[in-house]
Amino acid sequence: MPILHDLELNRRDLMVGGGTLAALTAVPAVVQAQPSPAGAPALTKVSLTVNGQSHDLEIDIRTTLLDALRERLHLTGSKKGCDHGQCGACTVLIDGRRVNSCLTLAIMNEGMEITTIEGLGTPENLHPMQEAFIKHDGYQCGYCTPGQICSGVAVLGEIKAGIPSHVTPDLTQPVTLSDAEIRERMSGNICRCGAYSNIVEAMTEVAGRQG
Amino acid sequence: MRAFTYERATSPVQAAAAAAANPDAKFIAGGTNLLDLMKLEIETPAHLIDVNGLGLDTIEATSEGGLRIGALVRNTDLAADERVRRDYGVLSRAILAGASGQLRNRATTAGNLLQRTRCPYFYDTAQPCNKRQPGSGCSAIGGFSRQLGIVGTSEACIATNPSDMAVAMRVLDATVETVKPDATTRRIPVAEFHRLPGDTPQIETVLERGEFITAVTLPAPVGGKHLYRKVRDRASYAFALVSVAAVIQQDGTGRIAVGGVAHKPWRVEAAESELPRGAKVAAERLLAGATPTHENAFKVPLVERTLGSVLDEARS
Ligand SMILES: Cc1cc2nc3c(=O)[nH]c(=O)nc-3n(C[C@H](O)[C@H](O)[C@H](O)COP(=O)(O)OP(=O)(O)OC[C@H]3O[C@@H](n4cnc5c(N)ncnc54)[C@H](O)[C@@H]3O)c2cc1C
Ligand code: SF4
Ligand code: FES
Ligand code: FES
Repeated sequence: MPILHDLELNRRDLMVGGGTLAALTAVPAVVQAQPSPAGAPALTKVSLTVNGQSHDLEIDIRTTLLDALRERLHLTGSKKGCDHGQCGACTVLIDGRRVNSCLTLAIMNEGMEITTIEGLGTPENLHPMQEAFIKHDGYQCGYCTPGQICSGVAVLGEIKAGIPSHVTPDLTQPVTLSDAEIRERMSGNICRCGAYSNIVEAMTEVAGRQG
Repeated sequence: MRAFTYERATSPVQAAAAAAANPDAKFIAGGTNLLDLMKLEIETPAHLIDVNGLGLDTIEATSEGGLRIGALVRNTDLAADERVRRDYGVLSRAILAGASGQLRNRATTAGNLLQRTRCPYFYDTAQPCNKRQPGSGCSAIGGFSRQLGIVGTSEACIATNPSDMAVAMRVLDATVETVKPDATTRRIPVAEFHRLPGDTPQIETVLERGEFITAVTLPAPVGGKHLYRKVRDRASYAFALVSVAAVIQQDGTGRIAVGGVAHKPWRVEAAESELPRGAKVAAERLLAGATPTHENAFKVPLVERTLGSVLDEARS
């Protein structure tokens, strides 16, 4: 595996190299014009804390958190399905809460703790939710899976914290775990392969183990 | 996405002044509506004023016995607040019926009120749309209009306001608090906050240039049963075809507002006096003068039946 990993990194570095070059040629225009003329892309420095590690980047201000994670930090676990908040494939945890990383700018997330699927667990040390997804076949192609797992972890936290949902029968009573609660809360994560029922099983098992 | 410059607001008045100074500036809160529209170049601000650092994220009791909800309180936190769940259940229910958990974690009270229509032609920049491009025409009239408005529409635009939260705010008689660039403040009843399309559908609220929302207040609780019923094409994560927010008292009187039918949450106080006589009479009054298209005429009976079902539940 290490060989493949290096190869992949090289290919990405090449692509990023090209991108950086293109971006660099734009720098003088921005620097000369203060404030930058309408329409000219503006570069900015951002500092992001991802999976416990701090990163200083120079990015186009328009960069979404998702693009910063994938294209700049090479954390390609978070996926781009729709880029419009509709599919959940880009779900990450920010200060412990699940968020669609495609609908927030990287620069809006400075100073926050960002956790991606890569930070939840590793192949050698899986997060219980990752383990349960494998055991219960909670995926087929796997494209939606990092988002499902990040969302799934957060959903169990939300139920524990007593945050109600659309299907919670009584708003004045504590929230209890049920298949209906899991289904409703996971509706922001679309799975084209239809692994839904196995995802419910995986989440139920993890919730049970947490007690 | 068009290029823009970015600043972090330091106070509500500073944010308002910065927005007023630059006609192409926009506030950004959760970003869940604005960034979506910017990617499609439907919104093209040249400058973004990030208001996330301003606090305004608490819910506090007012001296009148109500609640003041900060403009930046996230939809998740508003719906989960113990006082809101107990005394303003219709608001929790409406918020929880909208969007997804991920979106509600970021979406703010002010941003939700100001979210823009989901008319398919507003989203399709290749098509004429008076709201997106004033004077270009309305593609929805005579086009695909199944989701669009049936009351309070105009010849220029038949779009609906897609917010679930706003329908509950309307039934609760909420008030929007703002600050203007000159530091004066004002209180706008939510009933007057959203406009009908008329011949300027691009102007959706009464907010002035630069005016910044600081909070939304709720009057003291009115009791009653709080219900929000949303009818949509799938059971979750879809916008309303029709929704009914209701606060119904034991004697059968109450308040109702309807979503998915107009350019603003639709409430007709005169229709509420008919509530004890049943859904048919009340719905007729509520939708008097409706001008549905052939594609969305189904919304007229759907409002009546949804209201009927809500009133049945309130009685049970
Ligand atoms: C896939 C999807 C499904 C959705 N489904 C639903 C649904 O079923 N029901 C529903 O109701 N909503 C739904 N939404 C919409 C969602 O509720 C809104 O996107 C959200 O509430 C907007 O809040 P925000 O804070 O992210 O706003 P932003 O995107 O940050 O801002 C929206 C607008 O408000 C302005 N603004 C923000 N704060 C202030 C302020 N303090 N003062 C003045 N102006 C301000 C901004 O300039 C901008 O014009 C959905 C969204 C998506 C992407
Ligand atoms: S209904 Fe309004 S938003 Fe839709 S196409 Fe017509 S003008 Fe545009
Ligand atoms: S890529 Fe973000 S929700 Fe689809
Ligand atoms: S596993 Fe293929 S999209 Fe979900």
